[in-house]
Amino acid sequence: MNRAMRRLDDPLRPLPAREFGFWEARHLLFRAGFGGTPEQVRAIAGLGLEGAVDYLLDWDEIPAKPVEADLFDKDIMRSPTPAEQQAAQRARRENDQVFLDQLQQERQQRQREDRQQLDALRKWWLARVIETGRPLQERLTLFWHGHFATGYREIEDSWMLFQQNQFFRTNAAGNFATLVRGIVRDPAMLKYLNNDRNVRRSPNENLARELMELFTLGEGNGYTERDIKEAARALTGYGIDDDAFAFRRVAHDDGTKTILGRSGPFDGESLVGLLLAQRACREFIALKLHRHFVNDLPGEPSKEDQAAILAMADLLRRSDFELKPMLRRLFTSRHFYAPRHEGAVVKAPVDLIATSIRSLQLPVRPLSVLLSASDLMGQSLFQPPSVKGWPGGRTWINTSTLFVRQNLLVYLVTGRSPGGLGAAADPTPYDPRPLVAALAGAEGADSDSAQATAERLLRFCLGATPHPSRVAAVRRLVEQTGERLDRDRTLALLCLVTAMPEYQLA
Amino acid sequence: MDLHDHDSTPDLSREPLPYSRRLFVRQGIALASMSATVPWFVQGSARAAMLPVGSLVSERPGIDEGRVLVVVQLGGGNDGLNTVVPHGSDAYYRVRPTLAIPKPGASGGAIALDGADGLGLHPEFAPLKELYDEGRLSIVQGVGYPNPNRSHFASMDIWHSASPEGPGRGGWLGRYFDNTCAGRPEPEAGVAIGREAPLAMVGDATKPVTFESEELFRWSGEDLHPLLAAKYREISRQGELEGVDERSQLAFLTRTALDAQVSSDRIRAAVSVDPLVRYPQGNLARQLQVVGAMIRAGLRTRVYYVTLGGFDTHAGQQRSHGTLLRQVATALRAFQSDLARQGNDGRVVTMVFSEFGRRVAQNASGGTDHGAAAPMFLIGPAVRPGVLGNHPSLEDLDRGDLKFGVDFRSVYAGLLEDWLQAPSEAVLQGRFRKAELLRA
Repeated sequence: MNRAMRRLDDPLRPLPAREFGFWEARHLLFRAGFGGTPEQVRAIAGLGLEGAVDYLLDWDEIPAKPVEADLFDKDIMRSPTPAEQQAAQRARRENDQVFLDQLQQERQQRQREDRQQLDALRKWWLARVIETGRPLQERLTLFWHGHFATGYREIEDSWMLFQQNQFFRTNAAGNFATLVRGIVRDPAMLKYLNNDRNVRRSPNENLARELMELFTLGEGNGYTERDIKEAARALTGYGIDDDAFAFRRVAHDDGTKTILGRSGPFDGESLVGLLLAQRACREFIALKLHRHFVNDLPGEPSKEDQAAILAMADLLRRSDFELKPMLRRLFTSRHFYAPRHEGAVVKAPVDLIATSIRSLQLPVRPLSVLLSASDLMGQSLFQPPSVKGWPGGRTWINTSTLFVRQNLLVYLVTGRSPGGLGAAADPTPYDPRPLVAALAGAEGADSDSAQATAERLLRFCLGATPHPSRVAAVRRLVEQTGERLDRDRTLALLCLVTAMPEYQLA
Repeated sequence: MDLHDHDSTPDLSREPLPYSRRLFVRQGIALASMSATVPWFVQGSARAAMLPVGSLVSERPGIDEGRVLVVVQLGGGNDGLNTVVPHGSDAYYRVRPTLAIPKPGASGGAIALDGADGLGLHPEFAPLKELYDEGRLSIVQGVGYPNPNRSHFASMDIWHSASPEGPGRGGWLGRYFDNTCAGRPEPEAGVAIGREAPLAMVGDATKPVTFESEELFRWSGEDLHPLLAAKYREISRQGELEGVDERSQLAFLTRTALDAQVSSDRIRAAVSVDPLVRYPQGNLARQLQVVGAMIRAGLRTRVYYVTLGGFDTHAGQQRSHGTLLRQVATALRAFQSDLARQGNDGRVVTMVFSEFGRRVAQNASGGTDHGAAAPMFLIGPAVRPGVLGNHPSLEDLDRGDLKFGVDFRSVYAGLLEDWLQAPSEAVLQGRFRKAELLRA
């Protein structure tokens, strides 16, 4: 086979550089970032395909707000000191009810403070997502949070979740092996899946099971219940001391285990090595990333998509699980920009919030309201609904979440009190003129008529080729409201366009 | 009356059963993807929209008699001992010197229950005593689970996910929807009144319709201008777009937009009708009135979910608890009367639960702290009336708390198997002996 043939065969063959224009740049920014203004889209387009993808992926060169170590209080939920433990034991022995009540009140006070800190942490992260200059880093941080799902209620320690969040951020597009090795030593995960109770004498299978089923191999992909039992033994003694990882040698079972047909005195580290060596692992991760970035239609991927996923898996193998080479190939591939993938991903709630604010240059309204909206739409940061994280895709959408999504946009655009979010109106006005002006500039300002402006807004919100009936609807609205698109009419138009079903898709 | 041989606590160290969550999850995914190819939403909604309200009571096979489950969640940990009062127990009066409800006959005393020696109801529960006498109330005693968790959040999650062993996989009712909607997700299969969807109702493929008030279950942009409202309706009502692949995300979204519009109109129309009985004031009554209206309108909803909070009575419990119980009892009584007047009571069972009961002994602040086992209530003409199970001992305690006699998953199993006619093992991800909760 000659080189040209091979390239035609390659499911991830590159998009010719000349085909990367405004609409491709918009697609890239919405899928691999959190959207952007018309100017930002134009700037990204101006970098050319490779330059644009490098810009998004090599984010170290983009300045970002540092994450200060003292951003949050480490000690709210600290473990009691030995002296405190002794005092509590003495009180229990002597039935000192007054002292015990005092201890309980102190504990409840600390829990209240910790919940407040969790709230602060949620706001801090959402603000970061909305403001960041490194959108792909935050997007992947959120992706890993959903992949290695952990929830606050089971952990009740906001510091652990902050540490985990920072771990995901640092390794967001690093090495998948590093992520898995880190997660079996991550205090939040160990606590969430009760591995602090996984001891030699009575192994707890939670972490071993999810490690195979959800983190590396995927549901039922080539392992047995027996493998889970044995893997649980390998993870015995992986516990927590206060809020740091602790390996408890006495609780660890260092006997021989047989996992996936291999025998040895495996521990957590070597167990992870065994899992990563499975073909199922790289294919599972490639599939999940493909669902996230390219197409999340339910059911089996199409033949073409399967070929792309296998190519992604192969890139993972060749790079020893480095994520960047694979993501670079994906984002520069013709496959990624194929018309059939347009609108094939349902925006996650955080995605909807961040892309809307960033792209339409909306004012950042109170974060507490945005977080409530996200909760209502089914994505509570630091509290996914189950160990499986957020199933995503169509499961984001039902009749009530669709109303919340549309109503959130009415709130963002107009500031009117958002029904159901229990919040007052927000007085910060939104001025859509910069957006309108930037869009006129983007297409050479062929016309400044209200009709042309309205259609440009429609296309920028929904994508290059909106359905003809949508264009007709917008035309009629402009006709009926008079030929001038003043501020109020522009806001009304934006409310309507963002309420269109297409707006939920990227 | 014996529930089942409840001294045998379900064995939790069981081997995964052959019909495990694995199989079940795979099936759930297959169903979800199949539904994508069946434009049932459109047909369902469009047809529903054309039929007059009232003629919608299910004619579809598989929805036998349109049975409905209404879940009432009492948040904060309801004090079971002062709700169903063990007035025959000396220990009760000993450990609750100022909080105990006096014996029947005394001023402010418990209401004696015929056929249940030594047990009575809180005086504010008088409206439920009427239901008891009419054979429409079943009290399941001592419900809980092993190694009780005393954190509100954690214990509530355990009840919702039916998974005391660790983080679960969504909610039990969500799994029920996933498992039984047979590829035809109904837009209104589960309705929760409240801001956030309760975890119990969240499945892999199914999420409940959730709204705090029916007035918020609509597009708020309508208020901006009538012209905008008209345009929005035009777009939502479209249902399908010419030339768009029906398997695409866009086709799914446009169908859901149509469903949302139709559901919103139907629910708001249903609720705008005056109820057949007078409901009392209060948050729970308001929610149940909305549910009553939806049942009357014949929505095809299988499960409704309502909540009332405030049961975390650490201090000054006497007054606050009485007020809460009055609210619960009067609201439930009105709801039953409403359903009976509608002629719908036979197809509705109401289940009342809380995440835990409270400590047996009162604390120093005239309140009670977080406890464990507590009674549940089932209401409706279909339930097996009376007191089910034994009252937990007040002498043989687990760290100051009542020991449970009935695992709550047995109650779920009974409701799933016998009322909703669903396979409880798949939904509960384990085999639990079902409690006999319905009339034979």
